[in-house]
Amino acid sequence: MQALTNRVIAVNRKPITFVESLYLWNILKGMMTTFSHIFKKKPTIYYPEVKRPFSPVFRGLHVLNRDEEGRERCTACGLCAVACPAEAITMEAAERVEGEEMLYREEKYAAKYEINMLRCIFCGLCEEACPKDAIYLSETFAPANFNRRGFIYGKPDLLIPNPLSQAADLALAKGN
Amino acid sequence: MSATHILFWFLSALAVVSALMVLFSKNPVHSVLWLIAVFFAISGHYILMNAQFLAIVNIIVYAGAIMVLFLFVIMLMNLNKESEPRKNVWMKLAGAISAGSLLMILVSLVGQATEVSHKTLIMKDGNIGLIKSLGKILFTQYVVPFELTSILFLSAMVGAVVIGKKD
Amino acid sequence: MTLLSIDTALVIEKLILIAVIIFASLGIALYTTFAERKVAAILQDRPGPNRAGPFGLLQPFADGLKLIAKEEIIPSGANKWLFILGPGLAMTAALMTCAVIPWGDKVELFGRTIALQVADINIGFLYIFGVVSLGVYGVMIGGWASNNKFSLLAALRGASQAISYELAMGLSMIALLMMTGTLQLGEIVKQQTGPGHHWNVIYQPLGFLIFLVCAFAECNRTPFDLPEAENELNFGYHQEYSSMKLGFYLFSEYINMFISSAVMATLFFGGYDLPFFNPANHTPNFAATIGIITLMAKVVMFIFFFMWVRWTVPRFRYDQLMNLGWKSMIPLALVNMLVTAVVILMRH
Repeated sequence: MQALTNRVIAVNRKPITFVESLYLWNILKGMMTTFSHIFKKKPTIYYPEVKRPFSPVFRGLHVLNRDEEGRERCTACGLCAVACPAEAITMEAAERVEGEEMLYREEKYAAKYEINMLRCIFCGLCEEACPKDAIYLSETFAPANFNRRGFIYGKPDLLIPNPLSQAADLALAKGN
Repeated sequence: MSATHILFWFLSALAVVSALMVLFSKNPVHSVLWLIAVFFAISGHYILMNAQFLAIVNIIVYAGAIMVLFLFVIMLMNLNKESEPRKNVWMKLAGAISAGSLLMILVSLVGQATEVSHKTLIMKDGNIGLIKSLGKILFTQYVVPFELTSILFLSAMVGAVVIGKKD
Repeated sequence: MTLLSIDTALVIEKLILIAVIIFASLGIALYTTFAERKVAAILQDRPGPNRAGPFGLLQPFADGLKLIAKEEIIPSGANKWLFILGPGLAMTAALMTCAVIPWGDKVELFGRTIALQVADINIGFLYIFGVVSLGVYGVMIGGWASNNKFSLLAALRGASQAISYELAMGLSMIALLMMTGTLQLGEIVKQQTGPGHHWNVIYQPLGFLIFLVCAFAECNRTPFDLPEAENELNFGYHQEYSSMKLGFYLFSEYINMFISSAVMATLFFGGYDLPFFNPANHTPNFAATIGIITLMAKVVMFIFFFMWVRWTVPRFRYDQLMNLGWKSMIPLALVNMLVTAVVILMRH
């Protein structure tokens, strides 16, 4: 059979030689191998102090976006909930009333928007389905929690800070 | 009363109590452990007589090897209360009488023996029990019994190998 | 100063020495657990424990605290007293050997000359052997008292391993004994010290090798750690143990490792002897300090060797273990004994 790679090593079925049957020589060779590892560079990343950068295509925790004036982009159209293969997203729509123009971009908005992070598979289909650029997947992951309820993220958890009134918080959340 | 005396009485009491516990323990594993305590007490006596070699050999051979085999056997037997055979009262009586008469004979023999009567034990010193003098005696005065014993051991080993071999 | 015709000062001196040696052994064993994890990590390209204290140096205390704080479970069918006795016996047997090891030469303190050895008894050699043979009880009693068939099987496994390798160990010691002509450990060390004398390992390389392998087996270290094979043999004799009782078992293994390293250094590597260093040219206290440091350096090297082997070699199968013990080690030890005897006879 033709080998697929050049790394193939045939199984050695020869009976063990005298030197091998003494064990000691081979044990010594093995010990030299392990000893050489003392001087190898350690690939460990010291986690809380040093963090590994995420890859540019990483799909992490969701955020709900705002526009430049700080208004919520989401119109509660439900396309993300339909697109979600894990059925992790639920929402309730409400109509914008007079005086709320500064809060919501369109006439309809999401009064309740919940993502169950235990169900979510972080596929990013909600991000693609959204016609309003309202939902994005960020570069963090859901932290651990003691109870399941804590993994259901509501609007306060998901919305990004207002770029006008909370600019400092936004900069912090962006990581710079 | 010197420290040697105190140690002597302590070890004697320990030996006797442990020996009684060997008999009166319900659990055979406990009996074995009490027997080990007896061996330790006796080794302590040997040390008081400065017979260091005997003391340590007593521990190595009896406590370290033979009692381990005892434990092996007892642990592997299923010693439940249900599986214990009921003993006949007459059998118990016969056992008690024969053991008692054996004890009587032993005590009277030791009492009458001229070799040990009117002799005091040498405590703390004396080098008969040390390995050097023991070795010398074994290889000069008692060389024939010593060699005979070694032949006995050899034959026992051969026997063990023969039994252990697959056929 | 006599009470009950005992030299009270001597008793106090020995008690202090015993206390120091026991606490030193415990402390060293404590840090051996840390060293084990660190060595394992370094051999596997990891940093190892480094969070508790500077360089993780407080890690063993954190481990100990964790073990003490854990729930103590005594299985309902277990034999309670023996279940408690088992770890204690293991620990006692492990610590008893330190009595005969000469930790250094004499020191002079408060106008007394103190030998750094608890008891230089006539039969030091055999004493070690006796204590080693008692080490089996901790394993067997613990395994049996747990009332668990896996514990019992593991205890039998461990005990038969210990007994098998004791034999080869004893035989390799006999060859050394024929050479030294004494059973006193202090005397054996003195024979190896001084100019013109060599360490016993030069005369007894095979004997040392056999002793080393048997020491591995007696300490239940890889490649002979079948009594505690977690993954393929359903753990060991301490399967039912928890909290500090388990800690005692694990800890006694490390003490055993420390003590057997000290024994090997004493018997084969000159004990507290530092080559090219003549203690006669220095004050006794300075020479003794150098001696203790030398012995400890040798012990640390042996402990590192133990760990190095552990993180290199996988464990044997049980039949391989028995074959190695009975069919290789014992015949080799016998041959070694015969050759030694012939050489001694020729030189006379």
